[in-house]
Amino acid sequence: MGRSDATALGDGDAELVEDLLAGSHRALARVITRIENRAAGYRGIVAALHEHTGGADVIGVTGAPGAGKSTLVDKLAAAYRDRGDTVGVVAVDPSSPYTGGAVLGDRIRMASNVGDMDVFFRSMSARGQLGGLSMATADAVKALDAFGKDAVIIETVGAGQNEVDVVRTADTVAVLVQPGSGDDVQTLKAGILEIGDVFVVNKADMDGAERTLAELEEMVHRRESPTKGLDGGHHGFEVPDHPDDGDGTDGDDGGGEPEWTPEVLRTVANTGEGVPELIEAFDAHATHLRESGAIESTKRRRYAEEIRTLVRSDVGALASAEIERRGGIDALADSVRRRETDPYSLAAEIVAPIADCVESDAEGVGDVGGAEPVDGDAT
Amino acid sequence: MSAEQETRAVRCLVAKVGLDGHDRGAHVIARAFRDAGFEVVYSGLHRAPEEIVQAAVQEDVDVLGISILSGAHNTLVPKVIEGLKEYDAFEDTLVLVGGIIPDDDETELKELGVAEVFGPGTPMEETIEFIRNNLPERA
Repeated sequence: MGRSDATALGDGDAELVEDLLAGSHRALARVITRIENRAAGYRGIVAALHEHTGGADVIGVTGAPGAGKSTLVDKLAAAYRDRGDTVGVVAVDPSSPYTGGAVLGDRIRMASNVGDMDVFFRSMSARGQLGGLSMATADAVKALDAFGKDAVIIETVGAGQNEVDVVRTADTVAVLVQPGSGDDVQTLKAGILEIGDVFVVNKADMDGAERTLAELEEMVHRRESPTKGLDGGHHGFEVPDHPDDGDGTDGDDGGGEPEWTPEVLRTVANTGEGVPELIEAFDAHATHLRESGAIESTKRRRYAEEIRTLVRSDVGALASAEIERRGGIDALADSVRRRETDPYSLAAEIVAPIADCVESDAEGVGDVGGAEPVDGDAT
Repeated sequence: MSAEQETRAVRCLVAKVGLDGHDRGAHVIARAFRDAGFEVVYSGLHRAPEEIVQAAVQEDVDVLGISILSGAHNTLVPKVIEGLKEYDAFEDTLVLVGGIIPDDDETELKELGVAEVFGPGTPMEETIEFIRNNLPERA
C-alpha cells in the first residue's frame, strides 16, 4: 500500500530481494551494486528491504589515514565472529576526482577472516558524490542489516565533513587516533570530536600513546559541561548533532536521558590487544542507547535526515527538468545577463508549476478529509 | 521517474594467488585501471583461491584479473573458477589471467573459462580496451 511508481518492485528485483532475504551472498552483493550505481529500480529494492532492518548494531569507525582503521576493523570482525555474531563491513575509500577511478585497498587488511563468508566485506568508492555517498552507504548498511548481519561496521577515510555524514548512519561511532599526533588531536577538536562515542588510541605500543590518551581523556571530560551549557539554545554550529545529546528538544525539556561519557580506550590492532574491551564499550553504548531511550531520538533524527535528503534531491531533479524544458540553464543565464529578466523572477517561474501541484494536492487531500489520498495521480 | 542519474563504474579485482611474492606488476595494473576510471579492489599478496572467490563475490566485480608468476596457474585458476561457479558468480564475471603462461596452458585456461591471457609486455591500453569491449552484461 502506498508504494508509488518510484518504489515499485520489478519482477526480477522482487526475486533479488527474496534471494537476499534467503541468504544468498550473490544477491546481497548485487543489491549493493545496484544501490551504489543508483541503478534503475534500486529504490524499490531498498524500500522493500526496510521492513527487515533494525536488527543490526551499526558501528562507525573513522580516523586519520594510517591510524589503523582497516586492521582494527579486521580484528573487530574476528572478535564478533568468535562470539558467534555475523558481520557486515562497508569500507569507503576515496575516488579520483579526475578519472573517477579508485583503488580500494581496505580489503588487504582483512586477514583474520579468510574464507569466512559470514563476514561480508564490501569496498565502496566515494565516487566523488557530495552527500550522495552517505545515502549510498546508509542504503548498503540497510542491505546488510536486512540480510541478517548482527553487527555492521562502516569504515571511512579521513576526518572531513563527508565522514561525519557517513558516520551519522551508525549507532555507535569509534574515532581512531594515532599516538603522538598532538596536531591531529587539535584538528579533532574542531571536527570529529563531537561524533565519537568511543575514542581509540590505536598503535598504543608506540611512544606518546599515554600522552595522547591523557589528552583525549581531558577533552572528553572538558567537553561535558560546556556542551551542556550550549545545548540549551541552537547555536550556529551543530552541537546538538551529537548522538548523545538527544536531539535538542528531547535532551532539553526532558532532562531525563542520562548522558553518555565517551570512553577512551587503547588498542594495538596488529596483535588484537584491547579489541575485546573495545567491543565491550560498543555493547555498553548500545545498551545505553536502548535503556536511555536515546536510540529512538537517534533513529528519528536519522530517518528525518534521510527523508529530507531524498525529497530535496527529487524536487531538485524536477526543477532541473523544468529548467531543461525552458531551454537549459545557459540560455536562462544569458537572458539574465541581457537584463531581459532577473534570477529571482526566473526561479519563481521555474518553481511555480511544482508549487501549483503541491498546493492543489494539499487542497484535494484536505477536502476528502484524509480518506485515501490518490497519490499516484499527482505525478 | 528516474530522479537520479545512474553512475555505473567498472569494478575490478586484481588478485595475487598462491606463493608468489611479486606484485609490482599488479600494482602497476591497479594504478592503470584506476586511471582508466575503474574501481579497483586489490587483494594483497599470497591469497588462497577461496579468498579470491570470497572477494570477487562480495565485491561484485565485473572483472577478475588474476596475476600469477609462480607457474601454479594450472592448479590455482581452476579452483577460483570452480568457486565462482559455486556462488553463481562465474557467468557474469570477466576472468583474466596475467603472468608467464605457456601457450599450451593458455589454451587450457581459456577452455576453462578464462576470457584472455595477457603475457609480459602487453601494453596497458590493450588490457583496458579488452575489458571495455568484453564487459559482462548485467541487469
